[in-house]
Amino acid sequence: MKNFSHLLMQANPNSPTAADGGDFWFPTQASQNAELVDDVYYFIYWVSVISFVIIVALMMYFVRKYKRNKPDHMPPKQSDHNTILEIGWSIPVGIVGVILFYFGAIGYIDAKTPPNDAYVINVRGYKWAWEFSYPNGATTTDLLLPENTPVKLVLSSDDVLHSFFVPAFRLKQDVVPGRFTEVFFETKDPGTYRMFCTEYCGTQHSVMGTKVQLEDDQETPVTDENGDPVLQNLVKVMPFKEFQEAVKKAGNPYEGLEPVAAGQLVYQSKGCMGCHSIDGSKLVGPSFKGLWGAERKFADGSSEVADENYVRNSILNPKGQVVAGYNPVMPTYQGKLSDQEIQYVIAYFKTLK
Amino acid sequence: MSAPAVEVGHTDYLKHAKGLLSWLYTLDHKRIGVMYLIVTSVSLLLGGVFALLVRAELFTAGPTIMEHDTYNRMFTLHGAVMVFLFIIPSIPAALGNFVLPIQLGVKDVAFPRLNLASFYIWILGAAFLMWSMYDSAIDTGWTFYTPYSSDSATAVSSAVMGVFILGFSSIFTGINFIATINKMRPKGMSFFKMPLLLWALYATALIQVLATPILAITLLLLTLERVMGLGIFDPALGGDPVLFQHFFWFYSHPAVYIMVLPAMGVISELIATFSRKRIFGYSFIAFSSMAIAFLGFLVWGHHMFTSGQSKTASIIFSALTFTVAIPSAIKVFNWLATMKGGAIWLTTPMLYALSFIWLFSIGGLTGMFLGTLNVDVHLHDTYFVVAHFHYVMVGGTLMALFGGMYYWWPKIFGRMPNDKIGRVSVLLTFIGFNVTFFPQFILGSRGMPRRYYSYLPEFQELHQISTVGAFILGLGILCAFAGVLVALKSGKKAPANPWGGNTLEWYCSSPPPHENFKVQPEATDPYDFSGWKWDKRTEGYVRKASEA
Repeated sequence: MKNFSHLLMQANPNSPTAADGGDFWFPTQASQNAELVDDVYYFIYWVSVISFVIIVALMMYFVRKYKRNKPDHMPPKQSDHNTILEIGWSIPVGIVGVILFYFGAIGYIDAKTPPNDAYVINVRGYKWAWEFSYPNGATTTDLLLPENTPVKLVLSSDDVLHSFFVPAFRLKQDVVPGRFTEVFFETKDPGTYRMFCTEYCGTQHSVMGTKVQLEDDQETPVTDENGDPVLQNLVKVMPFKEFQEAVKKAGNPYEGLEPVAAGQLVYQSKGCMGCHSIDGSKLVGPSFKGLWGAERKFADGSSEVADENYVRNSILNPKGQVVAGYNPVMPTYQGKLSDQEIQYVIAYFKTLK
Repeated sequence: MSAPAVEVGHTDYLKHAKGLLSWLYTLDHKRIGVMYLIVTSVSLLLGGVFALLVRAELFTAGPTIMEHDTYNRMFTLHGAVMVFLFIIPSIPAALGNFVLPIQLGVKDVAFPRLNLASFYIWILGAAFLMWSMYDSAIDTGWTFYTPYSSDSATAVSSAVMGVFILGFSSIFTGINFIATINKMRPKGMSFFKMPLLLWALYATALIQVLATPILAITLLLLTLERVMGLGIFDPALGGDPVLFQHFFWFYSHPAVYIMVLPAMGVISELIATFSRKRIFGYSFIAFSSMAIAFLGFLVWGHHMFTSGQSKTASIIFSALTFTVAIPSAIKVFNWLATMKGGAIWLTTPMLYALSFIWLFSIGGLTGMFLGTLNVDVHLHDTYFVVAHFHYVMVGGTLMALFGGMYYWWPKIFGRMPNDKIGRVSVLLTFIGFNVTFFPQFILGSRGMPRRYYSYLPEFQELHQISTVGAFILGLGILCAFAGVLVALKSGKKAPANPWGGNTLEWYCSSPPPHENFKVQPEATDPYDFSGWKWDKRTEGYVRKASEA
């Protein structure tokens, strides 16, 4: 098990747990939009605190002052309505409502109106990780962003609803299967931030984008030496040059790699390792250890020897042959893995004895 | 206006007939109310057990006592049981059923058989929901969002069928209350002379009748999609998952007011009686109930600011959402103004009412954060939202339910609830509630998403505080029930009017006779408390000699 988590750490050498810092109520402000959100929040906060103190103070004062001293204590007859007063105290409520609506809507419209030259990144959510793709065709598991740049994300889902949430950006957008959704923001200085899925999406919703391992038949998040979970998906805002190089490198990740190493990279970066172990332990899907050349028994009772075409079919049409004892939950990788990449994976499988 | 004579003498409804069958076949609104009180209380305890399991799991950042999938089922069941089996029916069907006809001075609701049918439909719906738990507990969240629910392997169809059936129970109760209030008010009781509880129940009933069918249709479509592969919500079949959210919240937002309006009605009664003063701004409170019921239909889209609905739709829904703040604020101001210059008696029910004002204020004020568009984008689906709606639903509705339960218990069972245990229960629920949910506001705005089985270690401390609070709250709830249950055995015999209220139920003996009143009395002025004086012997209020 130790060995396994060690490998995962290697897969993502730059994955320290992101510390989002910030103050008592908020993480750091890492987008241009964050400041307005926080300002409006604090305005509402103080309006609320003042209103609450007034309400509770009056309540306590009345309870003390107008205590019933004997059961027959009957208070003097008093006015039981005052139309002007009652309309009067609704006015400040209305005014606050108008102010909040106005600033909330301004901020919202801004975040929904990208400039024409915004840098476009596609976000794909699936059970249970994120993938980001860039104009050059490169894909990454971390969201790489250039500093001080307007960025538009175009989001899509392979399966169910997800929601893309970066607290440091004060940004959230549901990811809806069957349509594209969009969100826009402008980055600030370089830094590393977290992302979460905030729309419930099933078993591993809470660790979507976190590395998972199996321990005592329980899937547990992989932790680093400090006991913090290792995040698979992080937001990394970097200087423009560094960003360009990283995206370029991501565009051709297998350059200069032996097929086995390339296959390992496919396994680590394309979402396989979330559900398939390489050490024989049972995750959501069967382990790849000892897979090559072994006989597979399927849920429908049939069986087959794991060869090239078996691997290819299982990746592209995973629900066609479900290994006995597992659920048909794997999405198809049709269009997501090339035949070349499948061949790398096969080369890698041959080493997992 | 001559006050009706206090009714005493003939057999009370509890002793009117004996044996289990006399309860199961009863058409008496009081007995049906009691049966609802029992089943909704059991539902509260069941939902509470799920809540404590959820909170226990969250005590540590990683796995604590259960696995992902079990956790996902626990929070789903907590939500589904609390919403559909407990909060929606609790005040209207239990307390409302008991009190509404007596406050009108009539023998029963307009359609007593329909009333009993509603109860059995509730039982049938609950049975479906329970069976689905036994079969394969659902893991979709109580909101049943598609397409997750379209192909979840758990027993979604039978759970959804249960909720579908429960909806009819709610609709029939609503029809019954509307007909009863429209047609059976006593002589001298115009709409604007009704007790405010009746206004609240009337507004609630309108929502139940108008909104619940939408939920029924939506859930039917979901079932058709699951069973017959009809493409309505699932994009894999050509459907639209956002359409489901529109349909769902078109019911479920008004349903939030089904949950809280009756609570506000109860609080209006408690504050007036225990301040012994005419309620301040009666017509504003009455109108605000109707305004909330109406506006509640126009704001569903505020659950969907990040869903991908159009920008224009979100902006309109945000604007409409702020209009709800006005009637809600009016109620709080008027309750405070009622207390001013009154003669405040800090009984257990009144302490619950004061807790309600405290907690509901926080619930309402934090709603402003969520109605504001850009702030909501950050807070949506985080613990901030969880904290907000628990402050409204638990801090509001549960506190009002307990306040109402302690207030009417002497009337329902003829025994005074145990005051000491009652006060302890107020203290425990109030403290436990705040300790549970206040830290969740901080978690939420710091970015902790809801429905998470495991979380980042830096959130652990706040989660642990919250879990400790939940167990204190659980203890408080048990205490609240203990305080009324011990009264059944050892409680002091209740006088007809222990609190000095002037709505018609206090003119009946405690417990009321089988037919409430021999002849329908004339209406009283519900908030004129001056006709009652304290009677030391019975420790209750009796009519002053000159008027009796």
